Amino acid sequence: MTAFVLRRSLQSILVLFVMSLIVFAGVNLVGDPVDMLINPEADQQEIERVIKDLGLDRPVTEQYWYFLVNAFQGDLGKSFVFGEPALKLIVQRMPATFELALFSLLIAVVFGIPLGIYAGLKPASKVSRTIMAGSILGFSMPTFWVGIILIMFFSVHLGWLPSTGRGDVATVFGITSSIFTLDGLSHIFLPAFNLALFKLSSVIRLARAGTREIILQDYIKFARAKGLSEKRVINVHLLKNILIPIVTVIGLEFGSLIAFSTVTETVFAWPGMGKLIIEAIYNLDRPIIVAYLMIIVLIFVTLNLIVDITYSLLDPRVRIKGEG
Amino acid sequence: MAQGSTGGQITAGQQAGSQAGWRKLWSDYSESPLAVAALFVFATILFIAIFAPFVSPTDPYDLATVDIMNSRLAPGSEDFAGNLYILGTDGAGRDMLSSIFYGLRVSLGVGALSGLIALIVGAILGLSAAYFGGRYETIIMRIVDIQLSFPSILMALVILAIFGKGVEKTIIALILVQWAYYARAARASALVEKNKEYVEAAKCLALGDRRIILNHITPNCMAPLIVVGTLQTAHAISLEATLSFLGLGLPITEPSLGLLIGNGFEYMYTGDYWISIFPGIALLITIVSINLVGDQLRDMFNPRLQR
Repeated sequence: MTAFVLRRSLQSILVLFVMSLIVFAGVNLVGDPVDMLINPEADQQEIERVIKDLGLDRPVTEQYWYFLVNAFQGDLGKSFVFGEPALKLIVQRMPATFELALFSLLIAVVFGIPLGIYAGLKPASKVSRTIMAGSILGFSMPTFWVGIILIMFFSVHLGWLPSTGRGDVATVFGITSSIFTLDGLSHIFLPAFNLALFKLSSVIRLARAGTREIILQDYIKFARAKGLSEKRVINVHLLKNILIPIVTVIGLEFGSLIAFSTVTETVFAWPGMGKLIIEAIYNLDRPIIVAYLMIIVLIFVTLNLIVDITYSLLDPRVRIKGEG
Repeated sequence: MAQGSTGGQITAGQQAGSQAGWRKLWSDYSESPLAVAALFVFATILFIAIFAPFVSPTDPYDLATVDIMNSRLAPGSEDFAGNLYILGTDGAGRDMLSSIFYGLRVSLGVGALSGLIALIVGAILGLSAAYFGGRYETIIMRIVDIQLSFPSILMALVILAIFGKGVEKTIIALILVQWAYYARAARASALVEKNKEYVEAAKCLALGDRRIILNHITPNCMAPLIVVGTLQTAHAISLEATLSFLGLGLPITEPSLGLLIGNGFEYMYTGDYWISIFPGIALLITIVSINLVGDQLRDMFNPRLQR
């Protein structure tokens, strides 16, 4: 086990290293690093100072070493636009993105599981067919377009919910979030639903498939034969067993929610790190781009490592295969 | 000698067999009326995309016919010259219906081209990985695993953030995002095929590796690749639309559906819903029809569902 965790961690570090090499190469070798990394509005003196600071007058291998050392010290350059350290700007916006992703995960689970169970229990009914058709649509509709439709309908046409920004935030137990205020909740609902739609569709499908499989098992028959109420059979015996695959997939896909939040945040002007990176790409604010890429790679590698280690704890076969 | 003559018979038999095969394929496919309808819709979209200049009422990018005075006309309205705009006009006075037809052309073109190249690259790498095995296979499949652990939108964003936007860059980004899916599918089916007797027979005839892979294994791995191909193409079209909407994909000189939707985004709060809704509906119909066709193909080729 220890060997597996160690090996897997080493692999993650290797991936991080390779990604840093790719990002470095992308920024430094494809274009002129002086153009790429220095504010175009800087004067000659400033340019020379930054060239010396970043070590751009040294050989490429030495430059990469500087990049790595600086990255380890949390220094990934200063934003051209904001004039602040890129890393700080991203870390500041991280809570908004995580809050959005977690809230949409909640929506996907709270709505998806009951709908999926219903569709699995009564596969032939009209309602179930509607649910499944809806889930196909949810898979096919591009996120950004759904966002536009949601804004048009709920914000412009009905005027029920606000369409931009995060609203009021409040701090509870040291966590600042907009879900603690009513105004914040009204702001988060549309973007979270937009982001959740894709996950919602897959949770519905998983719950339905799980229900149809498990409902035929002997222990369900036994629970029914024992005279347990249908409610108890579903809420206890069925639910517990369909949750296993759903929880796995949700854990795995949390990262993709963070990735897709770039789209949703842009549509809903949600002040998270996804909106920051898109704006940075427009403004050619390269330190932010580099910092975002390194952070997102770190998040993903960590998530994958956690998932893999959890897997190996739950299923020894993964471990053995990995060592073989 | 004997071998030669039986070889001839097999070819003749194969031809008759392949005709019957096509008929069986169609009868399997047409079992689902929804899938047939989806195929019909997709064929129509394809027709419109290919013949966009001939089926569009106007050329939306011909500056001589576009009049800024006609900007943001509601669907169904007419201009002073009596031209009817069924789906209205956009902010620059272009006919929405024509813009959508031309947009379909760009969206489908980029999606299909990137899908095709990704299919070829991915299939070659996946098939050769399965065939040769060893360290070569380990390296390729490790890259595939790592790449697939990142969401495609993120990969595309990274590539476009580094290289900038443009038609070829968007296509390159879509290829780099997709090849891994094809490689995985190709390797999975090639692993099964490579241990079959016909491959052994080909090896005994001392045929070259390239010939065995291309002429013997590849045709038998096509079914799953076609399924992945249809679903991936839908995915690529959607991804390109997203990137173009964000302003990172195609330049404004190549207006795909995503760019049209993005243009309409500005007018959203003024209530001019049609500018972004209609291109979105066109995009949705395209993606859903391709997905439905792909789903049906997957069910057809799935041995577990074989009747």
